[in-house]
Amino acid sequence: MTGFDLSAILTNPDYVAMLLHGIVMTFVIAIGSWLLAMTLAILLLALRFSPGRFGNSFVAGYVSYHRNVPTLVQLMLWYFGIFTLMPDWLAYWLASHNAEAIFAVIGLGLCQAAYFSEDLRSGLRSVGPGQMEAARALGHGYISAMRFVLMPQGVRNALPPLINHSVSLFKNSSLGIVIGASELTHAVKEIENLSFQTFEIYLIGTVLYLFFSLLIMAGGAYVTMRADPAWRARA
Amino acid sequence: MINDILAIIRDYWLLLLIGQFPNGPLGGLANTLILSALSIALAFPISILLALARLSKWPILRWPVTVLVYVTRGVPLLMLILWSYFLVPLLTGADVPSFVTMLTTLVVYQGAFLSEVVRAGIVALGHGQMEAAKALGHSYFGAMRFVILPQALYNMIPSILSTFVSTIKDTTLGYVINVPDLTFAASQVNNQLLTQPFQVFLILAIVYYAICWSLTHVAHRLERRIARRRAGLTGARPAGVVALAKIVSEQP
Repeated sequence: MTGFDLSAILTNPDYVAMLLHGIVMTFVIAIGSWLLAMTLAILLLALRFSPGRFGNSFVAGYVSYHRNVPTLVQLMLWYFGIFTLMPDWLAYWLASHNAEAIFAVIGLGLCQAAYFSEDLRSGLRSVGPGQMEAARALGHGYISAMRFVLMPQGVRNALPPLINHSVSLFKNSSLGIVIGASELTHAVKEIENLSFQTFEIYLIGTVLYLFFSLLIMAGGAYVTMRADPAWRARA
Repeated sequence: MINDILAIIRDYWLLLLIGQFPNGPLGGLANTLILSALSIALAFPISILLALARLSKWPILRWPVTVLVYVTRGVPLLMLILWSYFLVPLLTGADVPSFVTMLTTLVVYQGAFLSEVVRAGIVALGHGQMEAAKALGHSYFGAMRFVILPQALYNMIPSILSTFVSTIKDTTLGYVINVPDLTFAASQVNNQLLTQPFQVFLILAIVYYAICWSLTHVAHRLERRIARRRAGLTGARPAGVVALAKIVSEQP
């Protein structure tokens, strides 16, 4: 191993381009799966609160599967398993449109939806039944009471776990490397193979992940503070 | 489909269970469980020390540990595995098996996460316990040893069990450095069969589900029982303890 030399990596345009591509792909996967997860989580929540037993047990099963099977295994099942069962035209289309990244988004999104919907549910549950009754007594319909009275409070209660899980989702985008998605960890491994400057490139990768994670945590803390009624009353 | 799955299980159950054990290193499900249990057993004492350091009044203890916890929480486990893969052989000067590399990573990673759980448990106990123990003549360490930690750790049992479940799930990442665990065994089976990847990985998912679901179930039951017992005994705030620990420990 030669001496510690960060500049050899940071001044090489090829390596910088690989790192930037990795960062972009990491964010494409993280943001894509976040949006998918949040949309699904709201649908799951609606299904959970809908009358009838089927929706409830479907959601319970969905959440249980995604929480008890390792995320990596879920990704492998999608990419190595379900991908091969797809009809030819769809498989072709996916293969020519960066299938690795698409399956990373699908796998992580479906998995994280389970966590998000549970966070939202426990946030809503802690609002208290009196709020719904009061809203209905004031003439709100069910949807309108949900929209204007329960959801704002429920989402506020759910913010801390939602933020924690968003950070996890961002970190889990690194699992994309196992199915060949070209995200940040992948770029780090590639540069390591090319440059043999293991220590330096791992340090760069780690600092990048840490920076973005802390940024998400700080952003989350700011949103939590802004959402706090005590803060808004003072401002 | 069902027949395929049953045939795979019939032909490869031993490989999935213990890897190539008599003829090679121990692997498969046995290795997954041993790796998880060992890393929790080693991470546990470390996490208590880290938690005490983070609650210490001396910044020189508090700050480095806070940084360590934030770094381990902010960086993907995969990145830490790559670090160990590179650093452990360099520091020990020996050719280290991937099992040891993974164990080292998990001890550091789960040590940091568990320390948050332990810290939450101690904080949730409230100041009164420490003050009362000191008033009765205990020193700081005496109070910790005989009053605070026994209560806090008892309340923490369900969270420790959930951390064990997370560890089982985390061991799958050893796949990247070829730790011969259950995931590795399944991909070996897949490489031999080549034609039934969906069936193989479905079996893998089902096995993990069965293990993690049952352990989570046990954790929930213990949680309820402990909450009830604590409420009966002392009127402490078990609901708060449980809720706090849950927030801290719930990581996919």
